[in-house]
Amino acid sequence: MTVSVLLFARYREAAGTPSVEVEVPANATLADVWDRVRARIPSLRREERPMFSCDRAYARGDRALTGHEEIAVFPPVSGG
Amino acid sequence: MAGLYRIVERPIDVEEAIRAVAGPDRGAIATFIGTARDHHEGRPVRALEYHAYAEMAEQVMRDIGRETEALFGTPHVAILHRTGRLTIGEPSVVIAVAAEHRREALAACAHVIERLKEIVPIWKKEHYADGAAWIEGSGSTPAST
Repeated sequence: MTVSVLLFARYREAAGTPSVEVEVPANATLADVWDRVRARIPSLRREERPMFSCDRAYARGDRALTGHEEIAVFPPVSGG
Repeated sequence: MAGLYRIVERPIDVEEAIRAVAGPDRGAIATFIGTARDHHEGRPVRALEYHAYAEMAEQVMRDIGRETEALFGTPHVAILHRTGRLTIGEPSVVIAVAAEHRREALAACAHVIERLKEIVPIWKKEHYADGAAWIEGSGSTPAST
């Protein structure tokens, strides 16, 4: 399935685009999606602390996807 | 639950946060205003830029409001966070919490800013005379919901 992944802050700058589409097997997890994203964007290859969200709520890498979620990956937050 | 939770792209109206929580049965309004500081770890900062995942940020701010009400019994919470480029001294975030008494208003307000810094998907970029850098938090993963 093809999933679209929103990127924010430094990850968005690194990618040069607000979102990327990646191809993953059915029932793939967020961690699988992140692996594909990193493969596409070389400067993110060594990122160790990505945060994931699924439908605008934090989710862990082992979350299995249906392909219909709004998915985002981003660095640790620093608002305030 | 009453509340105001918003990402704003224009200068924050501090009074808007206060108006959103004020009421005749409340004897205290605690506020916190975060402002753009002109230095970071000894290095001069010329401007700040905030970027947000606005839709999620507003949802997470609302969750913090709910959590704060559960902990302190204070349903009247407002959180406004700015995005875009800020000049030094401008407010980046305004929090207001109203309660019957000062003690819970102050405690709840402190809780809100701590949680905001931990979990709301907003990022700060510092601009220096000779470049810019993203600031990133400690990265402890929040509990999944």
